[in-house]
Amino acid sequence: MPFDLPGQLLAAALAPVEQEHLLEARQMQALSFAVHIPLVCFGIAFPSMVLLVESLYVRTGDETYRTLAKRWSKVMISLFAVGVVTGTILSFEMGLLWPNFMASFGDVFGLAFGLEGFSFFLEAIFIAIYVYGWDRMSSRTHLLCGVPVVIAGLTGSLFVISVNAWMNHPSGFRLQDGAAVDVKPWTALFGNGHLWPELTHMYLAGYIVAGFLVAAAYAWGWLRGRRGRYERVALAVPLTIAALASPVQLVVGDWIARRVADDQPTKLAAFEGLAQTTRGAPIHVLGWYDDGEVRYGVEIPKLLSLLAKHDPDATIRGLDAVPPADRPPVNVVRVAFQTMVGIGTMLAALSVLHLVTWHRRRRLMQARWFYWAVLAAGPLSLVALIAGWVATEVGRQPWVVYGVMRTSAAVTGAGGVPVGYATLVVVYLGLGVAVAWILRRLAQRPLDLPSEPPPILEAHGAR
Amino acid sequence: MALADVPAILILVGLAAYVVFAGADFGAGLWYLLAGPGRRGRAIRDFCYHAMAPVWEANHVWLIYVLVVAWTAYPTAFGSIASTLALPLFVAAVGIILRGTAYALRSGAVMDGETEGATGFVFGASSILTPFALGAAIGAIASGRVPVGNAAGDLVASWLNATSILIGALAVATAGYLAAVYLAGDAARAGEAALARAFRARAEAMAVVTGALAVGGLAVLRHDARPLFDGLTSGAGLAAVLVSAAAGVATLGLVRAGRYEPARVSAALAVAAIVAGWGIAQSPYLLPGLTIEQAAAGRSTLWALLISIAAGLVILVPSLALLYGLLLRGRFDTEAPTADEVPHPRARRAPRGLAAAALALLAGGVALTLLGAGAALAVGVVALFAYVGIGAIELLRPEKLEGD
Ligand code: HDD
Ligand code: HEM
Ligand code: HEM
Repeated sequence: MPFDLPGQLLAAALAPVEQEHLLEARQMQALSFAVHIPLVCFGIAFPSMVLLVESLYVRTGDETYRTLAKRWSKVMISLFAVGVVTGTILSFEMGLLWPNFMASFGDVFGLAFGLEGFSFFLEAIFIAIYVYGWDRMSSRTHLLCGVPVVIAGLTGSLFVISVNAWMNHPSGFRLQDGAAVDVKPWTALFGNGHLWPELTHMYLAGYIVAGFLVAAAYAWGWLRGRRGRYERVALAVPLTIAALASPVQLVVGDWIARRVADDQPTKLAAFEGLAQTTRGAPIHVLGWYDDGEVRYGVEIPKLLSLLAKHDPDATIRGLDAVPPADRPPVNVVRVAFQTMVGIGTMLAALSVLHLVTWHRRRRLMQARWFYWAVLAAGPLSLVALIAGWVATEVGRQPWVVYGVMRTSAAVTGAGGVPVGYATLVVVYLGLGVAVAWILRRLAQRPLDLPSEPPPILEAHGAR
Repeated sequence: MALADVPAILILVGLAAYVVFAGADFGAGLWYLLAGPGRRGRAIRDFCYHAMAPVWEANHVWLIYVLVVAWTAYPTAFGSIASTLALPLFVAAVGIILRGTAYALRSGAVMDGETEGATGFVFGASSILTPFALGAAIGAIASGRVPVGNAAGDLVASWLNATSILIGALAVATAGYLAAVYLAGDAARAGEAALARAFRARAEAMAVVTGALAVGGLAVLRHDARPLFDGLTSGAGLAAVLVSAAAGVATLGLVRAGRYEPARVSAALAVAAIVAGWGIAQSPYLLPGLTIEQAAAGRSTLWALLISIAAGLVILVPSLALLYGLLLRGRFDTEAPTADEVPHPRARRAPRGLAAAALALLAGGVALTLLGAGAALAVGVVALFAYVGIGAIELLRPEKLEGD
């Protein structure tokens, strides 16, 4: 019989090890997420935008819509390919960097990734059928083949976010000698109150980020004089979708913040730089946390208690409720959080302006600054996305599983983490260059719009 | 068979599927790299790329599937493997990134000569590197070099040894063989007789290489990984090896006869049999001193996993069948504009939708912010999404997009 080695005892959990490069391991994980997550936004939101435009073609027979949908779908599959490989890196890294985390809790949250796998299958299969199926099936069948891609974008986010929500608010198991026993995977993943706001918030963020980024590309074109009918549609569609989603994000952000107040009070205290447990706690806008207080910030009395507990005199737990070793780095978390909220508020304001003009005046805003603002909104929404994740993930520190497993106990014992990190940096830089190159090439291809507009459109003076 | 064994079998099935499907993608990369210069080389390269472009992402997901089933069902073993074999796994991951990027680059744009040279090299080289690294990792597990523990094994010698190199090389050769068989079939179907001949010649050459590696490999295993060798040369393990060998030879015969469709099936069988043989030879051990039974997660996790895999397969199988059906019937090859009923503009509707959207926004906001409990939250979320959806459809109607 193979491997009958004398009695090596299996440990239910792997023993923690010394890893001198814990910081690099964390940065490597964070870097990989920061590369993956913007691509994910396109996986979430781009398919519905493409389908919407194609459905306009099916309704009107106007080739402009078809050309636009077809060109966007090329961008979509290129970004999807990059999303796939960066996601694969993440799957590998979970084991490569955090073997103890996987060994102790893989059986609690692994199920979600199993389901996620099927969702990826579905997405990859139908995105291929959709993109390689142009001109090879009737428009309606083609449109229908895009629907599973949209659904898979939602389920994909659901499953992976359920893991993150579980890390933030763990339940559904009991700890015994460092290993999880009595595991109830369904409850752990889907019976978790943190999941629903986090999923909603992330899913909306997908539409905001993808929408503003695509709109930004055409706003740049508008500023440089490309203002035809095609460009107008290409700008209005993503902009309007992002503009619809942005104000909702304020409502959902408030919801998720109240969950954080209940489930992870230390994280909330870090968001706000609240050193002492306080009754009727204020909010500070801007400023810098230093030595137990926020300096140079604008104080708004009692607002934190009001927002978090719906009671201006409620007591909010401060950082002092836990020993210093259990507190996250306050300024990183706080600045990230304020960045997200600040950008979110500005995006919502811009959105309302656009929606009102579009509905009332039936046109895009005409002022030049508006196009500059849209151009800025693209990258800013990306900053908000990353900042939100930094607030979430760094705010959870020093825990990888909140209150249960420390990040330092999860890390690998293998050497060479800095080498791996450096390699990945180089690879991602190459990836970035490649993506930029692809997008440029796709944008430069000539538009083959029909020279004769369909009769119903002539009245509108199509280009 | 115990419940704990079922995920192990599912992992092997997934691994076989990965080798059969994605292996051919990697092999296509190998032939891409070795296509040679000139117009003929270019034709081979284009063909390799076009045959695989629609399916490589779906094929790749089998690897993700194997990873996630492994870490859910056997978490301790997974942690041990991932930490000791960090190097080859990292190399494989980087190889996967490079390949995917190369695909994206090619699908993104028409290439000019120079960029094609560079990306083509990266594409080909990573197509060899990745299966080699994954094969080497399997060699490490199969030869008992991954002990239980966080990076407890030798970080280099565990996967840089005779068995690992053998299995890595075998993985590359198998990939090349599978790809040549499939591509010959695709080319024959597309009526490209010259290409079909070219790939057939490659399939024949690769069959010899793979066979030689497999036979010579047994000698290597006998020295380097005796338990594995014994498992493969006795009982059910031997049967699996013989099936694999027979299917491999049959494939060669079918390819020579130009019968590519049955050759696909027998080639897949040869791969599946050898993967099964490995499983049989190694059971009941996953890692030295750790049986499958001991490594398995709790019953509730295993059941949850099996239920979700079963449910997933119900969706996956028909979808995959649809994709491969379209591919194998050549529906992606040519533009065959199917009769498209010319759409006609519909009558305008009164824009009552916007009022509904505004109402949904209000209702959702109130439900989430003020009510904030159980059912109200669910209703609130649905209402907010309804607002975005209805709003988008209403505001982006064709007549609105035309503007004034
Ligand atoms: C476009 C992006 C974007 C925008 C405009 C906002 N957010 Fe956000 N936020 C995210 C993108 C994001 C995210 C996708 O990055 C996070 C990380 C984890 C998550 O679920 O969503 C997040 C997390 C996150 C968290 C932490 C959740 C946790 O730790 O579990 C809170 C409390 C908020 N957000 C609150 C807000 C508020 C009050 C906003 C209003 C202005 C806001 N967000 C706008
Ligand atoms: C631990 C974290 C994560 C892991 C391990 C992971 C893994 C992966 C993998 C393996 C893929 C490739 C799928 C394929 O082969 O087709 C992928 C793509 C994807 N991931 Fe992630 N991911 C993570 C985080 C996230 C997050 C936070 C989200 C968003 C909510 C997300 C959503 C998606 C989506 C929508 C795709 C589809 C590909 C695309 O369109 O870009 N993932 N991810
Ligand atoms: C499902 C989604 C996610 C999962 C399962 C996940 C998991 C993890 C794990 C295991 C770690 C390492 C342990 C730790 O430092 O706590 C980590 C750290 C980190 N992740 Fe995430 N993550 C997810 C999404 C994201 C995203 C989208 C970002 C975007 C930037 C992100 C940013 C970070 C950062 C900045 C750290 C390092 C925190 C620190 O060390 O201070 N995460 N995450």
